[in-house]
Amino acid sequence: MSVTKEHSERLRREDVRQRWLLSVPALITIILFAAGPLLVVLLFSFMERGDYGGVKFGQFSLEGWISVVFTKDIFDDSLILAEANLSIFWRSVKLALLTMIGALLVGFPTAYFIANRPASDRNLWLFLITIPFWTNLLVRTFAIMDLIRNTGHINRTLMSLGVIDEPIQMLFTDGAVLFGLVYVYLPLMVLPIYASLEKLDHRLVEAGYDLYANRFQVLRHVVLPGCKPGIIAGCILVFIPAIGAYVTPRVLGGGKNMMMGNFIEQQFGPARNWPLGSALSITLLIIVMVLLIAYVRQDAKKGDTDAQ
Amino acid sequence: MFRKLTITTAMACAGFAGAAHAAGELNIYNWGNYTSPELIAKFSEQYDVRVTVTDYDSNDTALARVRAGGSGFDLVNPSANFIPIWINEGLVEQTNVSEMENFQYVKEEWRDPPWDPGRKYSAPWLWGTGGPVVATNYYDGDINTSAIWLDPPEELHGKINVAPEMNDVLYAAIRYMGGEWCSDDRDLMRAVLDQLLHAKQYWISMEYGLDKMDTRDWYASYYWNGAAYRARRVNADVQWGFPKEGFHIFMESMMVLADAPNPENARLFQNFIMAPENAALISNFASYQNAIEGSEEFMDPDLADAPELNIPEELAHAGGWQDICSPEVNELYTRVWTQVLR
Repeated sequence: MSVTKEHSERLRREDVRQRWLLSVPALITIILFAAGPLLVVLLFSFMERGDYGGVKFGQFSLEGWISVVFTKDIFDDSLILAEANLSIFWRSVKLALLTMIGALLVGFPTAYFIANRPASDRNLWLFLITIPFWTNLLVRTFAIMDLIRNTGHINRTLMSLGVIDEPIQMLFTDGAVLFGLVYVYLPLMVLPIYASLEKLDHRLVEAGYDLYANRFQVLRHVVLPGCKPGIIAGCILVFIPAIGAYVTPRVLGGGKNMMMGNFIEQQFGPARNWPLGSALSITLLIIVMVLLIAYVRQDAKKGDTDAQ
Repeated sequence: MFRKLTITTAMACAGFAGAAHAAGELNIYNWGNYTSPELIAKFSEQYDVRVTVTDYDSNDTALARVRAGGSGFDLVNPSANFIPIWINEGLVEQTNVSEMENFQYVKEEWRDPPWDPGRKYSAPWLWGTGGPVVATNYYDGDINTSAIWLDPPEELHGKINVAPEMNDVLYAAIRYMGGEWCSDDRDLMRAVLDQLLHAKQYWISMEYGLDKMDTRDWYASYYWNGAAYRARRVNADVQWGFPKEGFHIFMESMMVLADAPNPENARLFQNFIMAPENAALISNFASYQNAIEGSEEFMDPDLADAPELNIPEELAHAGGWQDICSPEVNELYTRVWTQVLR
């Protein structure tokens, strides 16, 4: 008994060692192209800002990090809470949350529809979902702009039909930004939900109906719990890029109000405050990381209960 | 006569260049949509040089990239307010532009600018002004005032665009409030901020480009005069104003980088762009005014006389350079700007 155990333990260790060796190229890639640049950003955030952009190498300063939450008063230079920065953070988080909810509301029925097609048709439907990804993000965003602008297709059609006399102002509104973001990130929601819906055992749905559950109850107690991992994965995949979105708010929102992405860009551009820009980038990273960790923990907990 | 002169000069230079640099190269780092392809083709042919143009979108981008080193560019075209930085940081080579042959054509007022005294480094490219552009079908008031976008009249509410260019917008607003550029007067900046916040509620967007003036999504915009000229070509009622409260004049000038791989060709190009015929090519493409005497002759007649490109004499005093402010003042301005865009 103990000999086999020892033997299997040794095999297991060897297996682990081999896997490590095999993953070396991937690890090197990650360190070189992901961790390395991040480290540079982190170092820059702790340096003194250069007078005309850049940083003063080797001069340590916490100024960048302090400016993330505090600012000097325009009147008397006293340090006060940077409400402007916080409202920019909040706008980004709020819009990312709304995008996530919007994509979920549209994406779940879409994924459900595809998952319930005959197996031979599903690939075609998935293919159709991914087609917009072939076109550059900027081009798609400009196409939306052409639809909703004052002299765009929607307004012109409505006006020629006599529904409205004056064009409806759609471009440069928060609704336009939200619509653009939902549209752009929709496939990221559909695909993971589809993946988990496909695995859902349809006999459970039938059993639900047999037990006199109505449609809503089946959805609530059978389908949704069944594809929860897919929904959570989809929400994270949408939320993360949406919080740092730059192009869509800029093109469709008219750039009157900054998002995190624009705010960071400003620091590397006319504000010439690279340390603050770096600190803001890391802050964004931390926000995303905290959410990811929360997800992983919850997932792990669920795994434990499953094992029991 | 000018044509003859230019050709003779060019041929003289070509002979000289041919001896030193047969089939050479030249890498130009310039603003996007600012370099006339005709000009490049002409230069390539005359000097047997293969020219590559790379675009940038802001002075800060250009500065950051070149300062990082090893850019491989020969020429860069920064705005006037950035030129002292390029010079002080030792990024550009002193090519004594004022001693070049074609410098004789540079107009008197552009020969000795405060940001490059005596033109030791920079050859003039184009210049323009920042100000209001408005569709007069929807607005019939005074156009020579920043009030169009800083104190918007009711008919323009919700139809105004402002270029998201921190320094330009603040310059106009500070002058509008009676201050001087680079001032660190806190009361003034508080007033500027209040004015901008008041005006912002009537703006629809803060974007680059004037194409939405063409489509009537906007009735007015704070922008730059060359683009306003192009907008008028689409809608004849679009007019440009030179604000009496104050407006800034900008100018881009070509400089040779200190680490240029082809400094000889770069100097040839500096001289080349100061010839009237070539300056006209630059203007015709970008629809901004150049600084070269006699170039009008070769420019599109419509462009040479355009009201957008010629400051009326009675408003000339309101124009000013946009100096680069100290880091402290820049930080103050950034704080104001962040408040505006929060």
